[in-house]
Amino acid sequence: MTNLFNYIDRPSPIHRLTGACKLVCLLLWSVAAMTSFYTPLLAALTVAALILFRTAKLRVKDISFTLGAMIVYVILNNVLIYLFSPGHGAQLYGSRTVLLTLPGRYSLTAEQLFYHLNVVLKNACTIPIVLLFVCTTNPSEFAASLNRIGVSYRISYAVALTLRYIPDIQREYHDISLAQQARGVEMSKKASLIHRLKAASTILIPLVLSSLDRIEVISNAMELRGFGKGKKRTWYAGRDFSAADWLSMAACALLVLLSLTLTALNGGRFYNPFV
Amino acid sequence: MKKFSVKTIVAIGIGAALFFVLGRFVAIPSPVPNTNISVQYGLLAFLTVVYGPIAGALIGFIGHTLIDFSLGSGIWWSWVIASGVFGLLMGLAAKMLKMNEGEIGKKGLVKFNIAQVVCHLVCWMAVAPVLDVYMMGEPWDKLIAQGLTAGIANAVTTAIVGSLLCVAYAATQTKAGSLTKED
Repeated sequence: MTNLFNYIDRPSPIHRLTGACKLVCLLLWSVAAMTSFYTPLLAALTVAALILFRTAKLRVKDISFTLGAMIVYVILNNVLIYLFSPGHGAQLYGSRTVLLTLPGRYSLTAEQLFYHLNVVLKNACTIPIVLLFVCTTNPSEFAASLNRIGVSYRISYAVALTLRYIPDIQREYHDISLAQQARGVEMSKKASLIHRLKAASTILIPLVLSSLDRIEVISNAMELRGFGKGKKRTWYAGRDFSAADWLSMAACALLVLLSLTLTALNGGRFYNPFV
Repeated sequence: MKKFSVKTIVAIGIGAALFFVLGRFVAIPSPVPNTNISVQYGLLAFLTVVYGPIAGALIGFIGHTLIDFSLGSGIWWSWVIASGVFGLLMGLAAKMLKMNEGEIGKKGLVKFNIAQVVCHLVCWMAVAPVLDVYMMGEPWDKLIAQGLTAGIANAVTTAIVGSLLCVAYAATQTKAGSLTKED
């Protein structure tokens, strides 16, 4: 069965950072990458992301499956953009340099290519960071980190419950699916789409109804133990911030500032080499 | 912050886990790339009717974030937020229309389906593309095509799966006045 969080335990400076710190850094990094279209910044972020990836001692082998899926995803996304608006780049950058004349509106322009480069860079600078977070953060530390960065402990606990019960529900899904197949419900590729949807619902109903019972049992147990009475809660997997944590969070905060200043100085979100 | 009841917290936790398992392992690929026919929105609509808007919003948000995390393809925040908004809107609609999950009849099912179609349209045709244009600067035409496919597919699966779940759930609940005095 597939592992939810592909946590890979290997001693490295990135692994030693606390989960809360890595979560903050991930969010700040995403914000910096999301708000800016300043190409040099995006390129620099991509290079930095790859260097960080090396520092965490992750190997391409560890993530080859997700990496393959991601590359397919990025390619499809770009093909789709080109199919629907081949003139988007020219429109954004306010000029049109035709490189290759093609029928209809599908002429290849330098502006469109540059726009695609931006889209690819945008994906390339966040994907390694998300993978980094997923591979180097212990799942049980994750909920503790949420509480640490100011999310109410009740919601953090809900996230902890989710992580705790995903394997259980997965197992139950599998069991029910096998039981229904034994009773002759066809859900392989041989059945038609509508048929498969119907087959899925024969698993869904027992799964959901048993989960509702589970909600009842767990909430009673938690209520009996006085959950939610105190203002605060301690976490078994929680850790204190170290100097390295503060340093990396400050660096990421600076990145966001840099991204915002560049947008302001540039007078727009798009870096335009064509004017 | 408003205090949640323990039951809401547990419902968020288990609901998000269900959302995750359904979204991750039962996705049926659709003809438009990067867009799956997802059974989990039917579940989300149903859970929202039972546990309310805040639970719905958080189930959608946490569940979708975890799916994106586990796929490793980066978190597509705009669509994650749209999932949360769907839960919120659906919960508010259920409150406004005074849906009673314990006794859902024909009228209740009609209400449920109108509400879910409207909420899906708002989320995938308005919330998700607007956020995408701002965050990713992608062209409108492509986003509308993706949004339309996702919206319609989600509305259809919600209509089938959500309605089925509502009926099945109502059958397990004891109805008010179900006891009659024996002669």
